[in-house]
Amino acid sequence: MTTDRAAALSLHDLTLGYERHPAVHHVSGHFATGSLTAVVGPNGAGKSTLLKGIMGFLRPLAGHVEWHNATPRQAAYLPQQAELERDFPMTVAEVVALGLWRILGIWRPLTTTLHQRVQEALSIVGLAGLARREIGSLSGGQFQRMLFARVILQDAPVILLDEPFTAIDHRTTEDLLAVLERLHQEGRTVLAVLHDFELVRRHFPETLLIARETVAWGSTAETLTPAALERAQALQEAWNEQAHVCGRTLPRTQARP
Amino acid sequence: MTLREATIQPFVEFSFMRRALLGCLFVALGCAPIGVFLLLRRMSLMGDAMSHAILPGVAVGFLLAGMSVPMLSLGGLVAGLAVALAAGMTTRTTILREDASLAAFYLISLAVGVILVSLKGNNVDLLHVLFGTVLALDDSALLLLGGIAAMTPPMLMFIRRPLVIECFDPTFLRAVSGCGPWVHMVFLALVVLNLVGGFQALGTLMAVGLMMLPAATARLWARTLGGMIGVSLLIAFAASYFGLLLSYHATLPSGPAIVLTAGVLLLLSIFLAPHRGMLSRHWLRSHLEG
Repeated sequence: MTTDRAAALSLHDLTLGYERHPAVHHVSGHFATGSLTAVVGPNGAGKSTLLKGIMGFLRPLAGHVEWHNATPRQAAYLPQQAELERDFPMTVAEVVALGLWRILGIWRPLTTTLHQRVQEALSIVGLAGLARREIGSLSGGQFQRMLFARVILQDAPVILLDEPFTAIDHRTTEDLLAVLERLHQEGRTVLAVLHDFELVRRHFPETLLIARETVAWGSTAETLTPAALERAQALQEAWNEQAHVCGRTLPRTQARP
Repeated sequence: MTLREATIQPFVEFSFMRRALLGCLFVALGCAPIGVFLLLRRMSLMGDAMSHAILPGVAVGFLLAGMSVPMLSLGGLVAGLAVALAAGMTTRTTILREDASLAAFYLISLAVGVILVSLKGNNVDLLHVLFGTVLALDDSALLLLGGIAAMTPPMLMFIRRPLVIECFDPTFLRAVSGCGPWVHMVFLALVVLNLVGGFQALGTLMAVGLMMLPAATARLWARTLGGMIGVSLLIAFAASYFGLLLSYHATLPSGPAIVLTAGVLLLLSIFLAPHRGMLSRHWLRSHLEG
């Protein structure tokens, strides 16, 4: 745990759900500034819902998210690839340049300097030379590299990634993990929803394990224990999909201060 | 009959043909690029829905002022925007998705429109609204079409970037900016405005043809957004010109003749377009198997 560092994001008794049915229950704690945290849990545990809640896409059923020294608009959020139009008539450079939205806004043109930044971001993710390629012709791995280049250009203090390495080969995953570590070393706060526990153990110092509620949250070594994983699975299997928001105001399980 | 007599003489000889061509080119200038964005947003059928949705407003305008272009246009605009707003609010506040809420509201709107027309008008009036009178465009109608045509491309250029992001990655736009709903509403207003303008010339149903057929054709030929818009404009202009000639020589109703011409260009493209046409894909498959 990195409690000595200032919080970038704090969750206060956060409960999120759809149509009044909670999907994430009473999560409290904080993500320290500059931390690199994996969000893990069984399928349907509410990991993606938590990220959407942090971004403000879902109105909390209870509790709230507190952003310190940044706003959700300044964050970089990468949803699962399935939510994108893969055959849209755009080039790789055009998609990456979208990361400059905060500078360009609705109508400002792309200057030579900014175009250079696009090229640099493409080089970092290993797509140099593909700037003019149509995105429809990219492989799954190349497409994800392109989206990481867009994240780099967003220059965001907080980065949220939803299953960024799903359906991607080993080489691409390793390359993008290196990009992620570079962003982490630059002092950015990174949260990534992941499924591969071994990958989490190797690359992510901190982990939030959830199964509709916090199971464990802290250093990865202390969080990903057999007992915690078993408890997460049990909680998930016992969950009642139709349950209404409960009256509890405090989490039952371990929560970060 | 010489080529000149067949293709140019009708426009030289008859002012109603020149006015019809000008009106159609105005409609094409606004409708074609809008069709491209509708297609890319997977909202190809939205134009059709909205063309029905404007009917009750047109009917109210007709009941109040007869065949008055400003009143018909105003009525259509109000009805179209009301349906777009109601569908948008329903989508954002209920479980119904955009296609379902739009379908529901346009059907209600269409039913109200047909009933209103039947209260005072007759079938001829209804046909006039549905299929337009491009060969009888007066000055006020041309002025309206010209105004809409002059306004639409600059407006689209202004909202181009967020509109493109909303089509490609709406979640990204939602994350970085709150302008998404506003851009969406401006775009819907442009759709309605162009359909209202289009019904003067081609009728509510046929105007959608000049919106979507060139866009679908352009998707088969062009690889970039700019290219798609360029091709769709060319196709819409060509369909207007040759459709009017077809209407003149074969004594066919002009709106359907223009849309049919655009349809023929689409069918040809489906077969012949390089890389994305049927023949090209068939040849590529055979080549790979061989």
